[in-house]
Amino acid sequence: MKFPRFVLACTAGLTLCAAAAHAQLTVEITGAGANRLPVAIADFAGERIVAQALASVVRADLDRSGLFRLVEAGGALADTATPPFEDLKTRGADAVAGGSVTTSADGRYETRMRLFDVPKQAALGNPTYLHTGTQLRATGHRIADFIYEKLTGEPGVFSTRIAYVVKSTGRFELKIADADGSNDQAALASREPIISPAWSPDGGKLAYVSFEAKKPVVYVHDLASGRRHVAANFKGSNSAPAWSPDGKQLAVVLTKDGSSQLYVVNADGSGVTRIATSSGIDTEPRWSPDGQFIYFTSDRGGSPQIYRITASGGNAERITFEGSYNVTPRLSPDGKSLAFIARNGGRFQLALMDLATKQTQILTDSAKDESPSFAPNGRMILYATEIGGRGVLAAVSSDGRVKQKLSVQAADVREPAWGPLVR
Amino acid sequence: MRAHLISLSALTLLLAACGSQPPAPEQNPAGVESRTPGPVRVATPPVVTKVQPADKFDPGSIAALKDPRSPLSKRSIHFDYDSYVVKDEFQALLTAHGKFLAANPKMKMLIQGNADERGSREYNLALGQKRANAVKKALALLGAKEEQVEAVSLGEEKPACTESTEECWAKNRRGDMLYSGEF
Repeated sequence: MKFPRFVLACTAGLTLCAAAAHAQLTVEITGAGANRLPVAIADFAGERIVAQALASVVRADLDRSGLFRLVEAGGALADTATPPFEDLKTRGADAVAGGSVTTSADGRYETRMRLFDVPKQAALGNPTYLHTGTQLRATGHRIADFIYEKLTGEPGVFSTRIAYVVKSTGRFELKIADADGSNDQAALASREPIISPAWSPDGGKLAYVSFEAKKPVVYVHDLASGRRHVAANFKGSNSAPAWSPDGKQLAVVLTKDGSSQLYVVNADGSGVTRIATSSGIDTEPRWSPDGQFIYFTSDRGGSPQIYRITASGGNAERITFEGSYNVTPRLSPDGKSLAFIARNGGRFQLALMDLATKQTQILTDSAKDESPSFAPNGRMILYATEIGGRGVLAAVSSDGRVKQKLSVQAADVREPAWGPLVR
Repeated sequence: MRAHLISLSALTLLLAACGSQPPAPEQNPAGVESRTPGPVRVATPPVVTKVQPADKFDPGSIAALKDPRSPLSKRSIHFDYDSYVVKDEFQALLTAHGKFLAANPKMKMLIQGNADERGSREYNLALGQKRANAVKKALALLGAKEEQVEAVSLGEEKPACTESTEECWAKNRRGDMLYSGEF
């Protein structure tokens, strides 16, 4: 049994909450990086089942990232002994990690881990984690994050969570899972569609659009308590929520004054301000990470293209020019690149633009890509696509090399949103 | 995995508590919950079959809304690809609904615009809104009051047809008109 981190919200008009069919996301690696760093993860010492489970989580995380190649460690790494560097060198390992799991007096576990640079024969760190049995996987993810950061210089995202929507017959579920697809829990179940989930910058809340009122309404849902409130329910449609970097406001799309236009509301639903005006459609707003700009999709130039305005308003600047359909702008966490969906000869594909050079690369060869979402370290982009007529999630590295497929058996998965880093 | 479930009644209280915080003045104060007070509402429009055609057909009566002999029983307007113009073939239908709304000022209507599945969900939501707005504008010209009609979009989320064919997409590019009690 896992600790219930989320309270399932069964609202009036929503049913089937109790029948939580367990359909976990499975991750399949479909492409890996060109130069993967060879790393050995030794078996952890301690109670066999626990220690093995821990090491397998660490290995699976590192392998899935596409940046590492796992090599045999050839035995456990004792807590104090010097690792067998010469042997590891022969095995081709550039780094080695290992450790132990012991039971402390209160029944919790104490996990110690040591990481070494093999060629330099130098210690890279030795963190200790105190955790319960139910936190075993989480501890494995934290160890993998530690190794990833020490070896790549970038923060790892194995401890982060993802949100997505699963559609099965007559039922929509807003799910939260660990980044590896495990530990999934439903935050909301409904007979009506749920779209556009967006994580608050602190990772505690999700804003989303639910159609349970026979029209789109924007909610803010607190994940720890399961409580939610209406953030935008004006006359007409309410959609496309995006959090300001400080988590205090939401950019939303409202039609209360006619066509779909951009507004900002406070996260509690108070104080609505219009931030742009066009005669056509403005939608899909996203703040730049520095809070300076709001990127959005608009048909003001005759076809849907990506524009930006300064967050305080002002003139719109057009960002995309190639092709007649460029939508769903998503800024990388460093603000330097823009992921979006481009239509190329009838195919909708994930594209990535370097904002400084405006150079654009198509990252996929699929045809129905939607809803890109950056990992919080910017390395991977999670998106929805279709394989064999079924909705699946896929992830691709920003260089296009590492590829993963995340699917659920016998259901459509869509609308992914990668949560922020947990510190 | 075991999730703790809150009973429906407890949650109703909880949601009522959530709804008590002050929303923006224009917002629907009770939030969504006021629209669906009962336990479960099904999305499909009310069943037509139980309605017995009256012996005397009154085209302006509320019964006519569900009378298959009345144009008012027809509720869908279809649109061409990338188009938001109400086609001539639907003018007679819209005229009947516009006149009905003008004659029954207490009746309210929800127009749900829809789009086919191709492309971005949020952009398609905006396209569905353009269709709903076009229907609303046409009804207003025929005498429907602003406060009687709400135009919303379901985007690509509630397709009438789910295959990826041109025939199917055409069925999904539409506006549906729902009257009080049907939404």
